[in-house]
Amino acid sequence: MESYSLLFAATLNAGTVLAIAALGLLINEKAGIVNLGAEGMMLCAALAGFAAVVHTGNDWLGFAAGIGAGALLAAIFGLLVIWLNTNQYASGLALSLFGGGFSAFAGTAYVQEKLHERPRFSIPVLGDIPLVGPALFRQHPMVYLAIALVAWLIWFLYRSRSGLVLRSVGESPESAHALGYPVRRIRLAAVLAGGALCGLAGAYIAIIYTPLWVQGMVAGKGWIALALTTFATWRPVRVLLGAYLFGGVTMLQFHFQGIGVDVPSQFLNMLPYVATIVVLALISRNPAWIRVNMPASLGKPFYPGS
Amino acid sequence: MLKLEPRPEASRFWSLASPLLALAITVLIGVVLFVALGKDPVKGLQVFFWEPIKSPYALGELMVKATPLLIIALGLAVCFRSNVWNIGAEGQFVVGAVVAGGVALLADKDTGRWIVIAIVLAGTLGGMAWASIVAILRDRFNANEILVSLMLVYVADMVLSYMVYGPWKDPAGYNFPQTKTFEAMTQIPRLMQGSRVSLGLVIALAGVAGLWVFLFRTRAGFAQQVGGLAPAAARYAGFSSRKALWLALLASGGAAGLAGALEVAGPLGQLTPYVPAGYGFAAIIVAFVGRLHPVGMVFSAVLMSMFYIGGELAQSRLGLAKSLTGVFQGLLLFTLLACDTLMAYRIRIAPTSGLKGAG
Repeated sequence: MESYSLLFAATLNAGTVLAIAALGLLINEKAGIVNLGAEGMMLCAALAGFAAVVHTGNDWLGFAAGIGAGALLAAIFGLLVIWLNTNQYASGLALSLFGGGFSAFAGTAYVQEKLHERPRFSIPVLGDIPLVGPALFRQHPMVYLAIALVAWLIWFLYRSRSGLVLRSVGESPESAHALGYPVRRIRLAAVLAGGALCGLAGAYIAIIYTPLWVQGMVAGKGWIALALTTFATWRPVRVLLGAYLFGGVTMLQFHFQGIGVDVPSQFLNMLPYVATIVVLALISRNPAWIRVNMPASLGKPFYPGS
Repeated sequence: MLKLEPRPEASRFWSLASPLLALAITVLIGVVLFVALGKDPVKGLQVFFWEPIKSPYALGELMVKATPLLIIALGLAVCFRSNVWNIGAEGQFVVGAVVAGGVALLADKDTGRWIVIAIVLAGTLGGMAWASIVAILRDRFNANEILVSLMLVYVADMVLSYMVYGPWKDPAGYNFPQTKTFEAMTQIPRLMQGSRVSLGLVIALAGVAGLWVFLFRTRAGFAQQVGGLAPAAARYAGFSSRKALWLALLASGGAAGLAGALEVAGPLGQLTPYVPAGYGFAAIIVAFVGRLHPVGMVFSAVLMSMFYIGGELAQSRLGLAKSLTGVFQGLLLFTLLACDTLMAYRIRIAPTSGLKGAG
């Protein structure tokens, strides 16, 4: 039982990384922009966050550095696709390739660095409940922040006026423009928010999840987060649940290894990627279902007056 | 206030000038980067643009690296021209290399030269099979090919890793994760003495000619591209989008697999965890910088090969990490996309008076 309690805790932890990134990409996509650069932003943010903690010793400054790095790269992407009308897929891909290369290059000095002992978090009283405590209440604050973020995002997207405007920009930029909304600035804001959250997720990976820096350490989580928005048919709660599901799949491999299942580790390592492919295929099987839920102008450029 | 004004027709001048401008900007940023890192920028540019071409041997090495890049890019051009976003060529390359390596391992001292043909075919089929997973999921399940093809890169890396750590590990290899060195018989024939340039280069150049004929001189090639440019027109003309999808993915998967086979049975000579060298991703940049044109991609493949060799030399001579290559590759694609705006738009200085366009 004890080990399942820990497996559950690890699942929440792994899911949090995916959830934060995917929620950022959700904001992005609600405004009609697909940013395939998630992986690159997360890598650069992971390095920025790790480096900041190495130099300052403060985790929160590390998270801030990650957010800054993610937003900065997203700004470059945003300027390209929103003001220069470049192809969103190609530009995002460029961002991923650049982010991977840049973080590998800039990070060479940090490969040997280690972070000091990570503080353990526990909510008083609740954390001491047997089984439930270790599973739920001894998490890093970011795990609870991710859940709070979902609640806020639901309110923002579906209950606030700004959220309505954001969605209208993703559904029909022409109408939003005709109504006098600054479509491009709103899209840029959404792209920046997406970059910031991807950055936070990247920093969380390098500071808390696996506290070290290795080239390419995000290992496809940015791409899985991108797939998650589709799995979740662009709904915040489903993004969170999906993220936990995939966090669970990621953790399952370690669990299997722990209990001595005799399968080569490479096949267990494949699990998250294979699961992504399988779920993506199952969800996408019904094109009408995707079409109804997808922001109508997702991936399409909008240039006022053209 | 600068404003973009759509051109009635894409500018042919900027279609050719944009890659050059992008390269110039990338070089400029490179110079700034070298200065910022306290390195002599002249030396920096030398290792990237002069060292790779200064001797016949260096030129040969340039071709050795340009060959897989060009072959993969040729396949990707078919994909991108038909609006199929296969970005997992890296995985198809790896699977091609694994399957080809498996055939190469079957060879023993008495095997004839025919084994090379089997290796090359096996690699091509392996790449095709890997890409056809993407095609099936796209065709039958409507799954996004970008995400599927990319996820399969990670899976392919794991397959390779399993093989070299597990069943194919060289028992006499001091426990290193690698297969035994392939028999000499399996080597792709080299073109001349004293250089590693192999028959692969000839295959690549034949591919250039073949792709040119296919794209611009055959009805099938035309049908293939119409779907990418104008899906509605393609439907009206009765061109099957499913056929285009399958052809695009099989062509690009096959090309990437072929490149993988030529690589393991050529410069590498065995399977190791270091088979994935990022060629599949770099080839995407080659394809775009070369304007998806067979001849253009010859130049961009050579350029990208310079980036690879320059990165290695920057490591040994200037003490900079080899990953500098990736920085420049990413920068080049970024600047290219920005410069391509000039192709479709004119930049006008718009008066700020009157009705101010919001946003």
